[in-house]
Amino acid sequence: MWEYSDKVKDHFLHPRNVGEVKNPDGAALVGNIACGDALKLTFKLDENGRIKEVGFKSFGCASAIASASALTEMVKGMTLEEASRITDQDIADYLGGLPKEKMHCSVMGREALEKAIAHYKGEPVAEAEGKIICECFGVTEPEIERVVRDHDLKTVEEVTNYTKAGGGCGNCIETIQEIIDRVRAQPRRAPARPRLTNLQKIRMIEETIEREIRPSLQQDGGDLDLIDVVGDRVLVATRGACASCAAVHLTLKDFVEAKLKELVTPELTVEEVTP
Amino acid sequence: MTTIYLDNNATTQVAPEVLEAMLPYFHDLYGNPSSMHTFGGQVGRRIRQAREQVAALIGAFADEIIFTSCGTESDNTAIRSALATFPEKRHLVTTRVEHPAIHALVARLAKEGYRVTELAVDGAGRLDLAEYEHSLTADTAIVSLMWANNETGGIFPVEQAAAMALNKGILFHTDAVQAVGKIPIDLRQNAIAMLSLSGHKLHAAKGVGALYVRKGTRFAPFLVGGHQEKGRRGGTENVPGIVGLGLACELAASRLEEENTKVRHLRDKLENGLLTRVPNRQVNGDRGSRLPNTSNISFEYVEGEAILLMLNELGICASSGSACTSGSLQPSHVLRAMGVPFTMAHGSIRFSLSVYNTEREIDFVLEEFPAVIEKLRALSPYGEVGDAICATVEG
Repeated sequence: MWEYSDKVKDHFLHPRNVGEVKNPDGAALVGNIACGDALKLTFKLDENGRIKEVGFKSFGCASAIASASALTEMVKGMTLEEASRITDQDIADYLGGLPKEKMHCSVMGREALEKAIAHYKGEPVAEAEGKIICECFGVTEPEIERVVRDHDLKTVEEVTNYTKAGGGCGNCIETIQEIIDRVRAQPRRAPARPRLTNLQKIRMIEETIEREIRPSLQQDGGDLDLIDVVGDRVLVATRGACASCAAVHLTLKDFVEAKLKELVTPELTVEEVTP
Repeated sequence: MTTIYLDNNATTQVAPEVLEAMLPYFHDLYGNPSSMHTFGGQVGRRIRQAREQVAALIGAFADEIIFTSCGTESDNTAIRSALATFPEKRHLVTTRVEHPAIHALVARLAKEGYRVTELAVDGAGRLDLAEYEHSLTADTAIVSLMWANNETGGIFPVEQAAAMALNKGILFHTDAVQAVGKIPIDLRQNAIAMLSLSGHKLHAAKGVGALYVRKGTRFAPFLVGGHQEKGRRGGTENVPGIVGLGLACELAASRLEEENTKVRHLRDKLENGLLTRVPNRQVNGDRGSRLPNTSNISFEYVEGEAILLMLNELGICASSGSACTSGSLQPSHVLRAMGVPFTMAHGSIRFSLSVYNTEREIDFVLEEFPAVIEKLRALSPYGEVGDAICATVEG
């Protein structure tokens, strides 16, 4: 039996945002029934270009359904720019991790999102092109290259866990090994700053508020609570003296937001919400 | 939450009588049956009794029974023995739907240079006996056909096939792990040379099995060691397991009637009830010739692991031939060999009953199961409604 996290079980047994958005702005179907899993994603944007409504339908195992449900929760309220930065690892992290053999479920989520965004923009999808390496599961060369790069994969077995490629007849196993060797031989582009997963980001925001921000506010009889993190928007509610302070927006901008930008990531913005 | 256990082809509960019979051999009677003293020797007598009990269930002589650790060991022993005692023969015949104990073994043998014929089955999982007979050659060392299929319950005509093999002087082995205790077996009536059985499939403990080897059959041991089992299987006997297996076989003989009336009735009630209550489904396997306890049903547009986990929430235990439950990414080799379409194969569920199941349990499953399929189908992008929209997205 698979070891699923409580969050996976919760999203499987109580999936969020099931269905199809009417007159969607973006839509995509990835996978197919022969491969054993498929995901259809539809979304609609609000007037500010943020994802207002999102729906999914999934044919697949518990982790495929949970990954799709998690993805829809994650993208709500995001701009397409923010949504397009979600990685399969983010989806797995949001769910408290996935068994390694099930990582392809989160990859499918990321692919559906990319394809739906491309559909909205009217762009061709890069991944859909390229030579098919695994005939059994229809996996292309660029898809394999990408997971090897993104997850630093070393073995064919790992590639199979992330993409299913090589998990059928096995005829493509040698080719997959060649792709791994080729990609790994290329110099790695070291990112200037390691990109945070959503989960890491939220944890760091919480820690920073707890350690660096609240003690100062509390000295003046004020306080604040973290309500939500949507993409790079940090939503907070003010409490105590802050709630009635006329200069609270200055505190939020010059102190809270500045601290978070400094200690977590420079993209963050802080917004006050009234609970 | 009470457990409704409908996964008896995976394993069974140890019968309470069997457990009780085993317990003294863990503490009071822990002697080694090979010892010279009475303390050990009395255990040897109990093993002899167990050997007779096992033999009686399948119509064998006691000294034709070799105790092993499991069905897999029995299968490996039988095949390797045939190859060792007929070293000039380099060909084996088996089927595409065997249990991994045979399936993986013959794949290994093919790598070692043996020629392997894996017979195809039709859509209902049946063999073509003419094709089978045609596959037997002077170079064939052994034939191994399962008596009953673990996934579908389908029964092969092994007695007929054994006679055809004997005609050509070829050893015939059958993996009867799923058949023993569920259907009558009488080895006095057929030409089967070797037969594998397993304890935990018939209410004995895990870790014990047996291999029947007909008198006069050439034999080479698989586990080489002490003189246990008359030198045919080295290793100190699993005494509590063997004692339990003996009693379990005696119980199975007395319950064969119940297995084929009460259990069959419950299985049919479950199967027919589900077929009535759930649309877009099919029974996999040979309904005309099948174990009385097994039902394998595919539900279109839904995935087996998801069904199992929802059943799990209800306390219902079953299994599936879907890709996701195996980690192999492909649905069951049995369903693929039968040509079950992928739309169906991923959503297959196996229910396997035992004499311990009750009418109330079956009623509960019939009540709850349709809602599970409905819920998953509502999630699925496939089916009538979804297909139309998929087409527009793809376009």
